[in-house]
Amino acid sequence: MSRDFEALLGGLTRMRGVRGALLVSAEDGIPVAGAMQEDAQGPALSALAATLLARVRELTARTGHEPPRFLHLQAADGLLLLAPAHGDLIVVGVAGREALIGPVRLEMLRIAEQLH
Amino acid sequence: MTEEIRALSAQYAADPSSLVFLRLGEVLRAGGHTDAALKVVLQGLSRYPHLPEAHDLHARILVDRRDFAGAFDEWDMVLRLVPHHVGAHKGIGFLYYRAGELDRALYHLRAAAELDPEDAGLHAAVERVAGGEEIWDTPMPEAPLERAPLRTEAERSADLPFGELPGGSDGLLLSDQNGLPLGGGIRTLAGNDVSEQAAAALAGVAREAARAARLLAMGEWSHLSVECADVSACILNPTADSTLLAVIDAGTPGGQLAFVADRAAKSARTWLGRQR
Repeated sequence: MSRDFEALLGGLTRMRGVRGALLVSAEDGIPVAGAMQEDAQGPALSALAATLLARVRELTARTGHEPPRFLHLQAADGLLLLAPAHGDLIVVGVAGREALIGPVRLEMLRIAEQLH
Repeated sequence: MTEEIRALSAQYAADPSSLVFLRLGEVLRAGGHTDAALKVVLQGLSRYPHLPEAHDLHARILVDRRDFAGAFDEWDMVLRLVPHHVGAHKGIGFLYYRAGELDRALYHLRAAAELDPEDAGLHAAVERVAGGEEIWDTPMPEAPLERAPLRTEAERSADLPFGELPGGSDGLLLSDQNGLPLGGGIRTLAGNDVSEQAAAALAGVAREAARAARLLAMGEWSHLSVECADVSACILNPTADSTLLAVIDAGTPGGQLAFVADRAAKSARTWLGRQR
């Protein structure tokens, strides 16, 4: 199962500027599959991504809107991208500033769609 | 002036119950140190809550800080304590004049001028407000029923973080770092105002975004874009201690959302700067 997930993420991790991609359990913030350039970052990234998504879901619920389907956190030295999938999973990507956000976003939404 | 402030501060520190706080507050105010002046006068008022000159000084400091409603209340208090206080009549007359309530302005300015007939500038102001009409021979009218002067349209607009934007505050919300709404407003599709709930959640999002950027060594975060099926949103910090949420319909080009959010952030920064 985990190998299937990693194959699913393969295209994403090879994209320009992408430093890592993970599938994360939204409920407990644990990584399910994926690859990071720095392995040690995986657990921290998973927990941070799950918490950030939970906060944004709370915001959209309180404002009466649909739940988020894509998040893009822009920082000085990189991007954190989240695409919640059906059920409990989140597709998480970390990229440098050199990444092309458009194709990376489409790939992440495609992966999220395939997890339905 | 610095020497005088130092000397008065020392005097005040040596005897906090003395009335030297009035002079110290005046000197601080004249030097543009309005925050310090405000602190001094509030300390003085805590000891002398019925001292008209302290309320008058407080009112003038509040005018400097553009808190006109607060200044009106202070001068109104002075007139309750001393009905013939020249400074309070002048101050209230000024507030009515700038709000465009000329009859009330004229009453108070004329009252002040009759209490201080030597003040040529005040006499000229009365005649100007009277529109050049001969006024001094007509009897003084009845005192108007006091109420705080209405604010001008420009002030009402400038008071809101997004008041000067073409679209107003639709879909824009500014919160402080503790999740209290500062301005703007968010409504559900049914029209319910959910600004308070949204501001509380917004502060949580901003904290989490900052934490993620820091722990992932990505540097300072600049914005968080959120796509939903029905709306798109952009979250950013106009200042270190505030967070902005901009929401527009889904399907609007991403560039337009960034433009709306940047323009609103600039407006919020200007407004926050005016409040401080």
